[in-house]
Amino acid sequence: MPLRPRSVETRVAFRSGLAVAVAVSLYGVSFGALAVASGLSVWQTSVLSLLMFSGGSQFALIGVLATGGASAGVAAIAGAALLGLRNGLYAIRMSPIIGGPLARRLAAAHFTIDESTAVATAQSTPAAQRAGFWYTGILLFVGWNIATLVGALIGNLLGDVRQYGLDAAAAAAFVGLLWPRLRRRQPIIVAAAAAVIAAVLTPSLPAGVPILVAALVAVVVGATNLFGARGGDAA
Amino acid sequence: MSVWTIILLASVCVLGLKVVGYLVPPRLVERPTPARISSLLTVALLAGLVAVQSLARGTEIVVDARVPAVILAGVLFALRVPFVLVIIAAALCAALLPLAGWMT
Repeated sequence: MPLRPRSVETRVAFRSGLAVAVAVSLYGVSFGALAVASGLSVWQTSVLSLLMFSGGSQFALIGVLATGGASAGVAAIAGAALLGLRNGLYAIRMSPIIGGPLARRLAAAHFTIDESTAVATAQSTPAAQRAGFWYTGILLFVGWNIATLVGALIGNLLGDVRQYGLDAAAAAAFVGLLWPRLRRRQPIIVAAAAAVIAAVLTPSLPAGVPILVAALVAVVVGATNLFGARGGDAA
Repeated sequence: MSVWTIILLASVCVLGLKVVGYLVPPRLVERPTPARISSLLTVALLAGLVAVQSLARGTEIVVDARVPAVILAGVLFALRVPFVLVIIAAALCAALLPLAGWMT
């Protein structure tokens, strides 16, 4: 069956985009349930997934709100924004790949996340990279939002959080997001130090703030390249 | 600040950072230091969230069934068990240990 190379590669991009979108969407269910458990309404949970569309930032926001409530709002926003910084770096990397008029690149912004960038940059041709980005981003956007709503409705039925261990599930979710990033010595040391600092400062600072102080470890180690082997690589 | 305000402001910040990335010239961030800081920032924030989420109860440190649940989650992730199954296992662990009378 004679297929032009370009369409073969685009199909590969579509297949990996679809696989990633389905797998990642599934944890949208846990996000929805945990968001409701941490005090958001079903509406608020769905709007958050539609507008923010960045799993790490969303988990961080509800994590801080769960421990500190609405009075920890500033820390919650800061945590979500700091975790969203890496999307900005992905955008810089994706910008020449997306190409075209500025309007198209701005439309791409909302879909610029870990997964769409990873699938795009793994493809071999520029056309397949573009295809991989859009397929993954849009399929995941649809899947993530449906899964979030399903999870929120389930969470709403469950009621009391601690009884079902959902507060532990939130911690487990963060372990899952963190795990793939602990491949080298530098991030492992930063993670250990940040965890200790956040725990030690918890009794003396308002909820959410210890996490932001712990993040300073990353700035210090990153700026000086302490414990690092060689040049940095983005997440 | 109401929860709606928090949701909207945080979403604007997160989307704004993505938009800024498409507007700045690439050579600004090709250098290793900003990329390294950003990648470590993600690690530090997630690690801090793990610690707080598994140990804090308000502004107190409490060791309860969340701790074995998080350790279990770490082991399961290391064994490449799918995300959703790990979350369910952690929740079950934290829910069942107190019922068995082993931890609060």
